[in-house]
Amino acid sequence: MNKPILIQNARVVDPASNADFSGAILIEKGVIADIAKGNAPGAPEQSEIIDAKGLVAAPGLIDMRVFTGEPGHEYRETIKSAGEAAAAGGVTTILVMPDTQPVIDDGALVEFIARNAEANTPITVLPSAAITKGTEGRELTEFGLLLEAGAACFAEGRKSIQSAAVMRAAMTYASNFDALIVHQPSEASLVSDGVMNAGPFATFRGLKGIPLEAETIPLDRDLQLALLTGARYHAAQISTARAAELAAFYKARSANISVGASINNLCLNENDIGSYRTYFKLSPPLRHEDDRQAMVEALRNGVIDVIHSDHDPQDTEGKRQPFADAATGAIGLETLLAAALRLVHSSDANLMTVLRAMTARPAEILGLESGRIAKGAPADICLFDMDYPWVVEEATIRSRSRNTTFENARMTGKVTTTIAKGKVAFREGHAR
Amino acid sequence: MAGRQPEPSDTRTGTPGSFLPFRHRHLLGIAQLDPVEIVDLLDRAEAMIPISRQRKALPTLLGKTQINLFFENSTRTQASFEIAGKRLGATVMNMAVRTSSLAKGETLIDTAATLNAMQPDAIVVRHGSSGAVELLSQKVECAVINAGDGAHEHPTQALLDALTIRRHFGRLNGLTVAICGDIANSRVARSNLILLGAMQARTRVIAPKSLLPRGVEQMASEVFTDMREGLEGVDVVMMLRLQNERASGKLIPSVREFYRFYGLDAEKLSHANKDALVMHPGPMNRGVEIDPAIADGPQSVITEQVEMGVAVRMAVLDALLGGETRDE
Repeated sequence: MNKPILIQNARVVDPASNADFSGAILIEKGVIADIAKGNAPGAPEQSEIIDAKGLVAAPGLIDMRVFTGEPGHEYRETIKSAGEAAAAGGVTTILVMPDTQPVIDDGALVEFIARNAEANTPITVLPSAAITKGTEGRELTEFGLLLEAGAACFAEGRKSIQSAAVMRAAMTYASNFDALIVHQPSEASLVSDGVMNAGPFATFRGLKGIPLEAETIPLDRDLQLALLTGARYHAAQISTARAAELAAFYKARSANISVGASINNLCLNENDIGSYRTYFKLSPPLRHEDDRQAMVEALRNGVIDVIHSDHDPQDTEGKRQPFADAATGAIGLETLLAAALRLVHSSDANLMTVLRAMTARPAEILGLESGRIAKGAPADICLFDMDYPWVVEEATIRSRSRNTTFENARMTGKVTTTIAKGKVAFREGHAR
Repeated sequence: MAGRQPEPSDTRTGTPGSFLPFRHRHLLGIAQLDPVEIVDLLDRAEAMIPISRQRKALPTLLGKTQINLFFENSTRTQASFEIAGKRLGATVMNMAVRTSSLAKGETLIDTAATLNAMQPDAIVVRHGSSGAVELLSQKVECAVINAGDGAHEHPTQALLDALTIRRHFGRLNGLTVAICGDIANSRVARSNLILLGAMQARTRVIAPKSLLPRGVEQMASEVFTDMREGLEGVDVVMMLRLQNERASGKLIPSVREFYRFYGLDAEKLSHANKDALVMHPGPMNRGVEIDPAIADGPQSVITEQVEMGVAVRMAVLDALLGGETRDE
């Protein structure tokens, strides 16, 4: 059995209980055994003592949108390498998307992910199962059997279900099991061959635009169907001001609706694409600055429940292409917290709000015991220095792929230690 | 755009050797040029016209190698660059690449690396994806000239259009220029709007709404959806080629419907100024965007545009490759 760990002199921030105090946390047998304000309780013999003076101790982050390349594209990312990247970013739970090769649409594949994770990574990996077979948007998968096999929810990954009838069927059937549907609304016929946000900048660059209605029309559809069926529905990611308005309208009418946003859409805008920088080719696309600000406002007022990394490893070859031909997506596990802290340092959102969207809220939505610092809760904790300045360097990225939107970006705030399931999963090498 | 302003009127020096040193390594787009540089390139082109007309070679590029790398087929632009290079004494090589025989992207960079290893002095590139020429330029050590990338830019076309206009009016500033047709998919429209805007001409775009890109009002002085209103009082009418696939019912219902409302015929042209120039970058779809009688009529300068194309491309090659070696 691993040694008890005592974290002392920490600033403990727990969004679930809205607590922010200086104190100590004792970890034993994989769970939080004790929490004390002020001075540390006596540590059991043989304890590892971590002096967290000047550090924040928060629940380990829960990232609700992570793509790995396993199975099928292991050269991009394995569950093991994703786990290392996650731990370095203070992330202790990842919800992995099902659109791998093969698609996770069968119980045996769900079990494969779970076994693989158990053997290869210290963090918690939650497999999502596809909503439709092969994520083809036509026939439902076996929700009941997949839940028995360990699926945490049903999602369609990068794909979006085009048929309203299929979506209604999915939500209706999911509500039998009180299962969660996670879905990125995107109208394929409006996205068409668009590659960035529609608007003057796309026109100037000669790139085809993706209009905001490609997001808001299917979002409206999904939200109406969520009301109709009573299903638990999580709009995986929204990116526009109007989507936030729609979400607010429907959330006022159903407690079963929740909304996520990528850290990219909260921190970056379309101008970051600059001169055809393909690492910034994302889905949903980076939007206008007005939309970004609307996303931040929606985070502040609780319309956006969850911030995730949308971690999507793509190999260099896929990105070394003309913009329209390049692969879509960016990695983000290692930079999720640091990027989110930008919002805190810029006074756009307070620390509690930002952390809640990456801990307590995703835990509630997914029905997890973690995501909080409470006696008896799983010992998933991240320690970070709010003010530590650093630069994101490609050479130090742990992910197998390098496609970060924060290459050479200056960050303030860095994870120093990550504890997952009661064990140290990451410890920063730099001297403090 | 940099702070330098164009001369109030046209400064046509026309004397070889009196030009500004060209401070760019590549010509990727009009957007990289400031007004003084545009005038300088037009002046250089003006000086090339007599050389070109006498079919003389000006051996400023003797011993230099120019590679034409066209990922999209274009007989005329490629021929124009080839003649321009040869009239300056360069060794010109055409790489016949078809998109079908090359996978996209990584092959573009691979091709760039391969060509670079052959130590050319200039690569002239056309590619179907916006930004592709700039991407290629980052991977080679020689000069790169954009001969058209996606719907982004086609800088030598805008320069040759400007030269043609300037030769007729003696200036660009203060003129009203209408660009008509498939604006959304046109690199010619974008480069012309940037150039004419920089030279303080008034620009109008005229097209059905389904062929107007979002935010085009930020690139043009005025936007019209009615040809007659839009052509009222203009000095220049630039028609764009309508790709047949656009007229298959997705963006516009049919060719005949398009021609009825947006094709340039005598009646519509009568709304423009009496001596207005009619231009077309070619190749034309006669009877689709333009009445053959107009295309061949007295106001048409379409063949002159082709001639100016050679002069402009000579000027660009000379500016990038001729004279002193630039510092890197």
